[in-house]
Amino acid sequence: MSSAHHRFDHHVTPAQAPIEPERYEFFAPPAHHFHLARRDFFKLLGAGVAVFASAKSAVASEQETPASSHGFHNENLPNDITAWLHVGEDGTVTAFTGKAEIGQNIRTELAQTVADELRVPFASVRMVMADTALTPFDAGTFGSRTTPTMTPQLRRVANAARDILVGVAAKEWSVSPDTLQCANAKVTNPANGVSLTYAELARGKALARNLPAEDPVTAPSEWTVAGKSIPKVDARAFVTGAHQYTPDMTRPGMLCGKVLRPPSFGATLASYDDSAAKSLPGVVTVRDGNFVAVAAPTEHQAAQALAAIRAQWNESPAKVSNANLFAQIKEKASAKSDERHREEQGSVESALTAAQHRLDATYTVAFIAHAPLEPRAALAEWTRDTNGEKLTVWTGTQRPFAVRDELAATFRVPESSVRVIVPDTGSAYGGKHTGDAALEAARLARAAGHPVKIVWTREEEFTWAYFRPAGVIEIKSAMAPNATLTAWEFHNYHSGASGIDTPYVVPNQRTEFHSVDPPILRSGSYRGLAATANHFARESHMDDLAHAAGVNPFDLRMKNLKEPRLRNVLEAAAKSFGWPAQKSQAGRGFGLAVANDKGSYVATCAEVAVDRSSGSVKVVRLVEAFECGAIVNPDGLRNQVVGAMIQGLGGALFESIEFENGRMTNARFSRYRVPRFADVPEIEVVLLNRKDIPSAGAGETPIMAVAPAIGNAIFNATGTRLRSLPLVPRALKT
Amino acid sequence: MSIEVTVNGKRHTVLYPADTPLLSVLRDELGLTGTKYGCGEGQCGACTVLIGNSPRRSCQIPVSAAASQPITTIEGLEQNGILHPVQQAFIDAGAFQCAYCTSGMIMSSVALLRQTPSPSPTEIAKSLQGNICRCGTHPRVIEAVSHAATALGKERS
Repeated sequence: MSSAHHRFDHHVTPAQAPIEPERYEFFAPPAHHFHLARRDFFKLLGAGVAVFASAKSAVASEQETPASSHGFHNENLPNDITAWLHVGEDGTVTAFTGKAEIGQNIRTELAQTVADELRVPFASVRMVMADTALTPFDAGTFGSRTTPTMTPQLRRVANAARDILVGVAAKEWSVSPDTLQCANAKVTNPANGVSLTYAELARGKALARNLPAEDPVTAPSEWTVAGKSIPKVDARAFVTGAHQYTPDMTRPGMLCGKVLRPPSFGATLASYDDSAAKSLPGVVTVRDGNFVAVAAPTEHQAAQALAAIRAQWNESPAKVSNANLFAQIKEKASAKSDERHREEQGSVESALTAAQHRLDATYTVAFIAHAPLEPRAALAEWTRDTNGEKLTVWTGTQRPFAVRDELAATFRVPESSVRVIVPDTGSAYGGKHTGDAALEAARLARAAGHPVKIVWTREEEFTWAYFRPAGVIEIKSAMAPNATLTAWEFHNYHSGASGIDTPYVVPNQRTEFHSVDPPILRSGSYRGLAATANHFARESHMDDLAHAAGVNPFDLRMKNLKEPRLRNVLEAAAKSFGWPAQKSQAGRGFGLAVANDKGSYVATCAEVAVDRSSGSVKVVRLVEAFECGAIVNPDGLRNQVVGAMIQGLGGALFESIEFENGRMTNARFSRYRVPRFADVPEIEVVLLNRKDIPSAGAGETPIMAVAPAIGNAIFNATGTRLRSLPLVPRALKT
Repeated sequence: MSIEVTVNGKRHTVLYPADTPLLSVLRDELGLTGTKYGCGEGQCGACTVLIGNSPRRSCQIPVSAAASQPITTIEGLEQNGILHPVQQAFIDAGAFQCAYCTSGMIMSSVALLRQTPSPSPTEIAKSLQGNICRCGTHPRVIEAVSHAATALGKERS
């Protein structure tokens, strides 16, 4: 995780933990405080039925109270609640989760899940998401965790709510609840055909239940609403421009904020003069440590005020440049690897020494940017009531509760006084874990005494967000004459440990991740993060081994792979692609690669056309087979998989942050190339639906095999092995 | 200075410096926030509006230069509660993920179909080359525009 840039001097802030690019993998939820009482809950939502799911299934409790009573057994909700749900008197179902919608269409998938389990029409379910005042604590929307962790939680609350409604009907009819059936938002007694709607059953009630442990939920084979391709919720608001992302929001009296950025990474403020800026009408200026910012009634006035500030900076002597990047990484990386990511089996040294086929190679990956089309933005408002100061911030973040905590710590106010609301956001891809814009807007708003909105410029978004870390990967391998792997030694420097373990069967292996502390530049999560780098290196290397052994790359993989789910996707992709393909034209090449991470499995086949005279590479065709257990929304999944493949083209072929003397030199879309329509190949996706396996997330793994499949296809076309991402930053000239 | 603009059929008089980008006037003055800021250099297409029938990057057009012709933004496409066929086609094809690029994609597509009523997939791709979608929904966008072309053709016949 990446630390924020701003440490406001006059506030004491907690010491920063060492930055770990992949901290989310070791994430332990912090202790949190929960302030919404049951009574408030019904006050907020009206009478009805409510169910609360606790993360700890073992400590279940059950309380039901009549509507007339205010004497709840336990006024405050427990701290470990992960989801809750309310069925109102009009039959409206409202489900609450701390997860955020960032374009992955999870709002739709979660609503489907609730509708399916509660047996109500999809349209009657409303999801309230990512609002620290209304939704349960959640660590964040990352790591492909929403589907495997939140869909089961919501199923459990929906299931329990159904139980309550059945119980009310059974009591009313004086029959056993076991004999009743639920469908289409109604409880029916099949004995006499009489039914009551959920709305009728909820009327006048204030029934609350903490979830009993491990209620059985509906199996994927029985799903009726889940498992279907339901279109994006609120689609109409998105095609009419009515949906308000953070940059579209306003508050009465709101000012626009702008931050003065240093000239290079790590620069500190030497001198500062805001007299000219302050003399402009309606302008507020703030200097706090190295933070310099202005607020003004319009964006234009804010830009003018910013330009009027005179500031001088002391630049950091450690100036990163592309020329020395990988040398710097190797130099600074700890020789000792990170203990949590050190695997050893057998004896690598003796197996390498004894080997007949031996291959050593080094791979590199560049720093790249998420470049979400909605740049970082926040709108902050301070208010005061009888309970004291309150701060409300609207911002596009994947971790609203972490941003709330960061704001509370920075401004020394209780967490309960800070509310963070995440409007459905213009994408993130792992890039919006931090609350930078939220802190900036809140700092300015406090000084100005007005709400302040900050929308980062594209240049700021590229430069001052955090990067997907660059890295160096070294592999030593050995193979027996029958093309089975005998030794595998793998070292990742700086880029991260996810997807670092080989899925191939190797008796002698050593795998190590060497962190650089602090990282060369501000680094953080990215879709799939290091798994893309690690799979690129591993799958490129496997291709070289196949070539060395004179074995088809497909056969080499099947020979050394045991995991059946991975073998299945490889076979499915190869079959759909028509592997082994015959070259139809000169300059064409074919490659394949596999990946598995976060409980899902992927294989990608690529066809490329290389023009040796211009040195250009065009990806002509991509076929991907993907399996993530039971599929919740096939069309939504297909959208995610294709999206990951296209995004993967950028990192594979041309995305790279350019640095010179501590400055980023390509912080614009005109200089930082991202995939566009002309880059998109013919794409085919094969989804394997495993209804017998719990659903895993799908936002990340489908990106992982794209780059190595393309690199392998380029090798097949040209005989040239490219071991750096991006593969063709400028050209592949002969 | 005082500038008259016609946006979605409504005349507005705005007081702005002549070189203010049209995007700022639309969003900050007229509250038409469906048109998005994405890059400020005319590279991403998120701010695309129609000036007359031409798709233009509103972050690059000074408001004074946009005053002579009618301006259409994403908010102006829906008529009497009925979505424009391109809007409907985007929903039907699920041609978005985060949808931040969608307004610009739709406006560029509407302009294309006014000029080329039955474009080939290659023509669609070519005309949308200046619109960035970071989520990678490009094949669906092409599908949506093709469907919209068919729907508009039926409307005409």
